[in-house]
Amino acid sequence: MQAVNTPIQENEKLNANTNEAERKPSGAEQMNDSAAKVGKTVGKPFAKHPKMTMRNVDVFYGDKQAIHDVSLDIGKNEVVAMIGPSGCGKSTFLRCLNRMNDTIEICKVSGEIKLEELDVYHPKQDVVPLRARVGIVFQKPNPFPKSIYDNVAYGPRIHGLVERKTDLDEIVENSLRRASLWEEVKDRLHAPGTGLSGGQQQRLCIARTIAVSPEVILMDEPCSALDPIATAKIEELITELSEKFTIAIVTHSMQQAARVSHRTAYFHMGKLVEVNDTKRVFTNPEHELTEAYITGRFG
Amino acid sequence: MTNSNQTLSTAEKVNQSLQKRYRAEKRFRAYGISAIAFGLLCLVVLFTDIISKGHSAFLQTYIKLEITFDPVEMGLDDPTDARQLAMADFDSLIRNALKEQFPEASDRRDRRALYAVVSNGAAFKLREQLKADPELLNQTVPVWMLADDDIDTYVKNREDAQGETFAGRISEKQMGWVNTLIENDQVESRFNTTFFTSGDSREPEQAGILGALMGSLLTLLVTILLSFPIGVAAAVYLEEYAPQNKFTDFIEVNINNLAAVPSIIFGLLGLAIFIGFFEMQRSLPLVGGLVLTLMTLPTIIISSRAAIKAVPPSVRDAALGLGASKMQMVLHHVLPLAMPGMLTGAIIGFAQALGETAPLLMIGMVAFVVDVPGAITDPATALPVQIFLWSDSPERAFVERTSAAIMVLLAFLISMNTLAIWLRRRLERRW
Repeated sequence: MQAVNTPIQENEKLNANTNEAERKPSGAEQMNDSAAKVGKTVGKPFAKHPKMTMRNVDVFYGDKQAIHDVSLDIGKNEVVAMIGPSGCGKSTFLRCLNRMNDTIEICKVSGEIKLEELDVYHPKQDVVPLRARVGIVFQKPNPFPKSIYDNVAYGPRIHGLVERKTDLDEIVENSLRRASLWEEVKDRLHAPGTGLSGGQQQRLCIARTIAVSPEVILMDEPCSALDPIATAKIEELITELSEKFTIAIVTHSMQQAARVSHRTAYFHMGKLVEVNDTKRVFTNPEHELTEAYITGRFG
Repeated sequence: MTNSNQTLSTAEKVNQSLQKRYRAEKRFRAYGISAIAFGLLCLVVLFTDIISKGHSAFLQTYIKLEITFDPVEMGLDDPTDARQLAMADFDSLIRNALKEQFPEASDRRDRRALYAVVSNGAAFKLREQLKADPELLNQTVPVWMLADDDIDTYVKNREDAQGETFAGRISEKQMGWVNTLIENDQVESRFNTTFFTSGDSREPEQAGILGALMGSLLTLLVTILLSFPIGVAAAVYLEEYAPQNKFTDFIEVNINNLAAVPSIIFGLLGLAIFIGFFEMQRSLPLVGGLVLTLMTLPTIIISSRAAIKAVPPSVRDAALGLGASKMQMVLHHVLPLAMPGMLTGAIIGFAQALGETAPLLMIGMVAFVVDVPGAITDPATALPVQIFLWSDSPERAFVERTSAAIMVLLAFLISMNTLAIWLRRRLERRW
């Protein structure tokens, strides 16, 4: 946590003006009329040293709008957690960041998403180099039905990152070490990856993602299919990884968001309600909907 | 009753219905077992029938005659001269040998009946023998010769279960001669190698299955080489690349309809396109293979699409998320995972193609082809067509050969399926 204090403090100044935008109005919290209460995003959606910048992002599934005018920054080496009730669009938003939504034909994205200077949704932008820079870890562990080694080596292989077998071995070992899986699997690198336990599989998936050395790692509820011990391991891992990578994580567990993230974004029915330092969100949220959600009144 | 029902606890009610449920369960299982039993019974009946009728085709009656290679009689003086050998009259040698043994056959009709005891292909065998060993000229040697099919049938059936003597088409006199030959140990049943080494013939004793087997093999080779890659490519495109619009729906509906089109229509199509328009020859395994390709394509496309669909989307996501291109995703992950399923569909398609007769009739693969085809551009017939042709032939000896041909077809089918299953297992084990 120590390492990332600086960007957050800097963010304070940048976001100071938006703080005034909306104070929480009093009244009963009802999920049904809550959509009306979502106005402009409150808190600090912008970062001083942004790795990824999203401005006025709208996402449509056919006629249905899933994301309404979301603007958010993810700072360098920052862990941003996205929380919110089911169906609020946080996963959809996350998948926009490396264009995984391209596989859904009816999905249309407008607005601006940038990875540093790279326009993610530029019509001429190829998804292959983009996804090499923005990796993703999915909700359910999905190792390839191949050996552990081949799982990790797959990314470097298809991108042609290495020429010699020894280099590849090194990448595989380093990635597995960073995913803190090396000690558990070093004797059976050629056993199938699908034979590992759920938590090990998810760490294998993380190792597979970091083997390509992306700059940003997107995590879509990476622990929702895991038991508490495996979850703890992954959370520890996320904190370690944040030293090298920029991480955006979608989670259903507020404790998890509180434990691993620097800033937390609360989504509600396709709108970004509040972004603030994680501590602030969980202790003194600005928006009444955020408060309602974290105190368990709905979600 | 209503009262007592109300007072019953849930557990008691459940217990009451339990017996009924068990009975229903038992009935349900019995239906399944009886269905399987019926299937097995049909299979047993089929196999018993075919094997009981066809097993005798694997034996062939041979007759031993003392043949004198008489140069004068043959009209030949140099057995190394190919031209003379081709012109020589070997039939007369057999006739002389028969005349010598049965001098009582003196008039023309008897003689003709006597000569008919030996297959008319026997002379060719003598020629081959003399060609291989020119020293035989002027010598008298015992030679085992193919018996005529009627004699063969008589020898095989002469003591059937009822104890009656089966005569078939042979006359009393012929029967007497054959019995004499049997008593002199001049008749022998041997394994019928001719059946496996030669093509079709009008004479059952000289007819073999090899021509049809090769024809089927070549036809199927063309079908496999064309329909599997095309079918898989079409399935991959439709599943992974094609945009979802009316046109794709239209194609999908048409593929499904094509799978239900009677095969003879494909034969007509092949006749019109490949023979009529492209002016290919008739009876070629190439044309047969093309027609069967058209016929099996819908089956392969449909099953391949199902197999591709069954590949979990998480694997696709994983590959794409790492930055694999769509082609890499398909080639590295989707196809290997879908391959066992696609093979299963392909096996069904090829088995269907192997047993298909109607479209082959349309493109002339029903022709009487004696030579064993060696290439896809040699005229040929196919196993099921051969079965059809033989079953239509009047000679009694063709009955057993028809059954034997069915056995060969089934063996071909079973070995092909075994190969495919083995292949599928191997591919599955890789993961």
